[in-house]
Amino acid sequence: MPSYLEEYLPLVIFMGVAGFLAAALLIAPFVLAFKAPDTEKLSAYECGFNAFDDARMKFDVRFYLVSLLFIIFDLEVAFLFPWAVAFKDVGLFGFWSMILFLGVLTIGFIYEWRKGALEWD
Amino acid sequence: MTDGWLISLLIMLGKSLLVLVAVLIYVAYILYADRKIWAAVQLRRGPNVVGPWGLLQSFADMLKFVLKEPVIPAGANKGVFLLAPFIMAMLALSAWAVIPVADGWAVADLNVGVLFIFAISSLGVYGVIMGGWASNSKYPFLSALRSAAQMVSYEVSIGFVIITVLLCAGSLNLNDIVLAQDSKFGVFGWYWLPLFPMFIIFFISALAETNRPPFDLVEAESELVAGFMVEYSSVPYMLFMLGEYVAIVTMCALTTILFLGGWLSPIPFAPFTWVPGIIWFILKATAVFFMFAMVKAFVPRYRYDQLMRLGWKVFLPISLFMVIAVAGVLQFAMAQGWR
Repeated sequence: MPSYLEEYLPLVIFMGVAGFLAAALLIAPFVLAFKAPDTEKLSAYECGFNAFDDARMKFDVRFYLVSLLFIIFDLEVAFLFPWAVAFKDVGLFGFWSMILFLGVLTIGFIYEWRKGALEWD
Repeated sequence: MTDGWLISLLIMLGKSLLVLVAVLIYVAYILYADRKIWAAVQLRRGPNVVGPWGLLQSFADMLKFVLKEPVIPAGANKGVFLLAPFIMAMLALSAWAVIPVADGWAVADLNVGVLFIFAISSLGVYGVIMGGWASNSKYPFLSALRSAAQMVSYEVSIGFVIITVLLCAGSLNLNDIVLAQDSKFGVFGWYWLPLFPMFIIFFISALAETNRPPFDLVEAESELVAGFMVEYSSVPYMLFMLGEYVAIVTMCALTTILFLGGWLSPIPFAPFTWVPGIIWFILKATAVFFMFAMVKAFVPRYRYDQLMRLGWKVFLPISLFMVIAVAGVLQFAMAQGWR
């Protein structure tokens, strides 16, 4: 067997078995359980009255800001992974170039902080 | 030739089933332990009717869920609505493919194991968002937004914490990370001591990442009823719960591997090293879960702005600084020829 297959085939099979188990459980109540739907039961949950309008409304822009910040920092972490693993091999040059990269991002982070992008009230 | 393939395929299938069933049974008892510990703190008895001391409670609950009527709201997007719990449960379970419970005992011994778990736990957000959006109801929608922002915020500090461990261990393979902690100092050689602040940050971020109390704003029952799961019933609801608890157990196992020396014996000489590694592993993971359960019982719920403040303004700067500090110390040690 090629080496990549030896590593990843068990993973694919494992995910397949996990998916099969979840799917089997998901289908079970539709086959086994007693069903008696009516309009009130099928309406969206609201505190005692009928829903006024569609639930997909406008929401706070801060959630969007948080996801933007997340992308920046998660990418940063993704860059750090190979650097951390090869830390012994990259030497002093690799060390200082990553410090420079982190420094630039820290400046951005301070800017966000001062601009109030992290405030939540 | 073809026979050899078939046999190794069957072995993989058998291994996968074994691990999955073991994880599911472990999760059933973790759920029971969670309820019992919570009850004990509040001077209640907890589940004690089904089986001796209520030991079969989780299995009875599962049967009940399967026999309940599945309700799909009329306004919901049916496909996405049913796909969400499926994705949640499947992804949570898949993480266990790479976790080594004893030396080399992983279904798939990936050389990028940590990265795989990191990716899988990031994808967990999709289950929440899809469930909240597809329900087409106000509470799930608001809760899904909150939950996504919360999980995403703590993901970043978890990432930085993992980086510091990687700097020390020099490998992405979970097996190698545990072996890198093997020293003659036993419990004091594991990474929780040299990386102590990171251990705490990882533990708290794991609570937030898995939506455990005190960070369970997602299902804050006083304001959002049950969060993104309001419209779910029967097995779809159970799959969400299952995914949540499997994710919690995964985080306990990951804490064990990254900071508590995995399957290594805490006292590194003879009578203790004879104990099989898997027993140490389960003991440690359960001990970490005991901390999870105690936090749930003791600590009042956070407010949402405090939660975001803690994630972005406290944990992120500290963990970022620690990455640089650990890298600097290692670089210095290498320059001095200590490593």
